[in-house]
Amino acid sequence: MSPDFHEIWVYLSASPLAGLTLTLVAYQAGLWVFERFGRRPILNPVLIAVLLIAGLLTATGVEYRTYFDGAQFVHFLLGPATVALAVPLYKQFNEVRRSAPALLVALLAGSAASALSAVGIAWALGASQRTLLSLAPKSVTSPIAMGVSEQIGGLPSLTAVFVILTGIIAASLGTWVLNLVRVKDWRARGFGMGVAAHGIGTARALQVNEVAGAFAGLGMGLNALATAILLPVLYHLIFG
Amino acid sequence: MLGTLTILLLCQLAGELITRVLHLPVPGPVIGMVLLFVGLLVKGDVPAPLQDTAGGILRHLSLLFVPAGVGVMAHLHRLGTEALPIAAALFGSTLLGIALTAWVMSALSRNGEDRS
Repeated sequence: MSPDFHEIWVYLSASPLAGLTLTLVAYQAGLWVFERFGRRPILNPVLIAVLLIAGLLTATGVEYRTYFDGAQFVHFLLGPATVALAVPLYKQFNEVRRSAPALLVALLAGSAASALSAVGIAWALGASQRTLLSLAPKSVTSPIAMGVSEQIGGLPSLTAVFVILTGIIAASLGTWVLNLVRVKDWRARGFGMGVAAHGIGTARALQVNEVAGAFAGLGMGLNALATAILLPVLYHLIFG
Repeated sequence: MLGTLTILLLCQLAGELITRVLHLPVPGPVIGMVLLFVGLLVKGDVPAPLQDTAGGILRHLSLLFVPAGVGVMAHLHRLGTEALPIAAALFGSTLLGIALTAWVMSALSRNGEDRS
């Protein structure tokens, strides 16, 4: 390595600029692929971006922590974005109020089914307890999921990965499974995506239909609340 | 744009403070969302700049998950040794969660409409 190149490398790995730029470029590339090949849900831009960045970091031997030091500025925006979900929610408020009882029952059913089936399936197939506990909160938005995971003895960073993978699965296969169970109502379709797959499910729902997007945002918020309150209680009931 | 961003951050900050002071199990941004929602109810409509900025951020919501997603790198070993249970659990529970939530909601609201 020439001295110049070394100096540039040191600069790049110390400044947030590289991680930040890499994140945006990789996501743009993901969007490009998604648009270019007929917007197939399986070509999820998040999935593509994650694979590109993880591949590049592995190839160059850069640690995740170093990358995240820069990329955390993008990560930070999750907070204001969550607050901003109040806007589509407000615009659908009349609809929401009208279907409040149905929403509540569907929320409890979906929230419990997501968490219990995740833990149940993994347990039946012999996953370790650490993995089971990290899986339980995977349907809710990452800051909450990580908090709950820590509370019940899981690994928060592993939970974050499960959260993202859940979102990618929902964004890729959600439309298919919703057609399979023949739900046509945009409110119900969106709400299902939001409850089961937080922000990535919501992002996908917003892409498809505005009403679905608003209900997805609502589902994500409500399930965050439900999971944060119910899961630690459930954990204490089961594991004592 | 700048004013709106300030409002969003103020709501988030207030939310973080409220969760800490009251020891709520809910993350600050979710409380922030509730605060902004209540603010919109009081005001009675969505100001155009807020509409634009919120729309802009939410259009690229999935970008914001990329940095955390790359964290998959740090767990490759565990994901490798427990690949089958993890994959089955993630696919099974996610698809079940979406289908059940949407189905229950649509079944219940259809009944409601029939009665009314």
